[in-house]
Amino acid sequence: MRPLLSVRDIKRHYQVRVPGGFFGRDALLKAVDGLTFDIKRGETLGLVGESGCGKSTTARLVMGHIPLTAGSVAFDGQPVTARHDSDWRAMRRRMQMVYQDTLGALDRRLTISDQIGEPFAIHEPLMTARQRQERALSLMASVGLRADMAGRFPHELSGGQRQRVVIARALALSPDLLVCDEPVSALDVSIQAQVLNLLDDLREQTGFAALFISHDLKVVRQMSDRVAVMYLGKIVETGAPEAVFKRAQHPYTKALISAIPTPRNRGRRERIVLEGDPPSPVDVPPGCAFHTRCPLAMAQCRLDTPLLSGDGDHLVACHAIHQSAQSAPLAAE
Amino acid sequence: METQLSIRDLTVDFDQGRQFVRALHGVSLDVAVGETIGVVGESGCGKSITWLAALGLLGKRATLSGSVKLAGTELIGASEKQLSSLRGGKIAMIFQDPSSSLNPVHRIGHQLGESLRLHRGMMGEQASAETMRLLDRVGIANARQRLNEYPHEMSGGMNQRIMIAMALAGEPDILIADEPTTALDATIQAQILDLLRELSRENGMALVLISHDLGVVADMAERVAVMYCGRVIETARTDAIFDNPTHPYTRGLIAALPDLEGPKRRLASIPGTVPPPDQLPPGCSFAPRCTHATPLCDVALPALLPVGPDAGHSVACIHSGPLRVEKSKAPARQSLTAELEPA
Repeated sequence: MRPLLSVRDIKRHYQVRVPGGFFGRDALLKAVDGLTFDIKRGETLGLVGESGCGKSTTARLVMGHIPLTAGSVAFDGQPVTARHDSDWRAMRRRMQMVYQDTLGALDRRLTISDQIGEPFAIHEPLMTARQRQERALSLMASVGLRADMAGRFPHELSGGQRQRVVIARALALSPDLLVCDEPVSALDVSIQAQVLNLLDDLREQTGFAALFISHDLKVVRQMSDRVAVMYLGKIVETGAPEAVFKRAQHPYTKALISAIPTPRNRGRRERIVLEGDPPSPVDVPPGCAFHTRCPLAMAQCRLDTPLLSGDGDHLVACHAIHQSAQSAPLAAE
Repeated sequence: METQLSIRDLTVDFDQGRQFVRALHGVSLDVAVGETIGVVGESGCGKSITWLAALGLLGKRATLSGSVKLAGTELIGASEKQLSSLRGGKIAMIFQDPSSSLNPVHRIGHQLGESLRLHRGMMGEQASAETMRLLDRVGIANARQRLNEYPHEMSGGMNQRIMIAMALAGEPDILIADEPTTALDATIQAQILDLLRELSRENGMALVLISHDLGVVADMAERVAVMYCGRVIETARTDAIFDNPTHPYTRGLIAALPDLEGPKRRLASIPGTVPPPDQLPPGCSFAPRCTHATPLCDVALPALLPVGPDAGHSVACIHSGPLRVEKSKAPARQSLTAELEPA
């Protein structure tokens, strides 16, 4: 079956000026550098990584908010481009976005119900104001907002309530794909659980597919059917959450997992503390981008970029892992 | 164990023009010499205010009462002169966002030198030697070159190391770290937590770790205090808090956290939201969100009382002590329409 979203080797590079020389020098910032993934209907792909790894740029590329430098994105077989013509608008109706900064995502001068009804005003011009209001109220009920809040403005709500408004608005047109960019990062733990449960319930009811972006591995594991771990614009490991989190292979994934303290694993987690900071995306090291911090780095890692490979769904981009996988059968003989 | 810092019945009222709003309702906490204590709670629970008040950093609009004793010296009501000799000296504090705590127009070396001059009276050669030693101590490679850089030339993790180096400049007995890793990436967070752990062990420095992240606190602290709406509602050794949480709020917080291991389960969310500080309910402030609440909870404030077999485990919930029997008799109040946030 054709995947709902098909992303092939997408790249997004920016020309930037960095210090150096008398007037600075031109450099190429590779925010996203060759990403390939599919999302099936009703499936949730979790995209996880640290700041600056290109998660949010990926979201914007997928939505066609910014032009691709290379590669292609196809939504239900149709190419998504940054040319905002009628084709794109028709497509955009079926792919919606949920943001981290809810105050920024909402119009502060519109009431909640107008806000949630706005997609109808744009995409269903025949609908009357009264019908819009009714639909908005029923959407509010489905995300757990009381009807008497309809006349309020965004600043009068708490962060959790605002995120409910953003979700209700995104789901107004029953989209096939929901792109969630750090939807719960700004929320307190107890509210975060409310919003995650809400998204889970709505997904069950409406069956949307999702690209779920977060820096928080725990949240990604909770929400995803499949996970991709990013490092400096590339996917380094992908697979089912159980495989990636329980049998992590890439040294970066392993370090990332070991760096997450949880009440459950206190005092007994395997600690891998990586040295140094991630390199700047302007000066991505040649070969494997992770080799500067990697405990397994070999000579080959400085030269060749490793490709994603592996058996089944669990893919890893690491020379050391590929080599040991190749030599394992030989050793057995 | 010898007590380094002792907070008793600390209250803070903020002047809002028309009214006073109480942000802290009688907080009592002890920090022993060399101990690491974690303070957890959601935003607005008073976890930062407690320590800002203790250090006299809240400004004129805050009225304080109660007592904060640092090795016998009373800090509440102390003169600004007394306080500023203690701050940065005996007691130091680091904050969440290192790049806004550092002065953007001064070089790192200058800023570190300033704290050495103020707190240790070091100048010239001696100061720059000590600056290098401190940078080295907090794991900054290439210290000589870094001294001449500005905060914006460094990453967030590096800046937090600089902040820690500045805090160490006064050789403090107690370091208050307010969300020290919240703005940092997971792998950098692990580095900074390791550094803090190492420093507190080596220098015998007490560490107060304020965080919203239960995982960080579980990993670092020997003792934990959970705060809600300006009160400490449960305090115990770290193992007791996480293995045997007693207050419904503590239990709720732990259950609301997704986990990396174990079977995937639906998160148990706490219904409702934290009430604003000027609209607290008359009794237990958690009662409106609590699934175990009975009419009794609205009558009076529960006191923080010892509970269970574990020494030092105290809980402020009427259903945790001798009154627990009544829970089954009294009709449980209808939990607010599940997961709906009240206005």
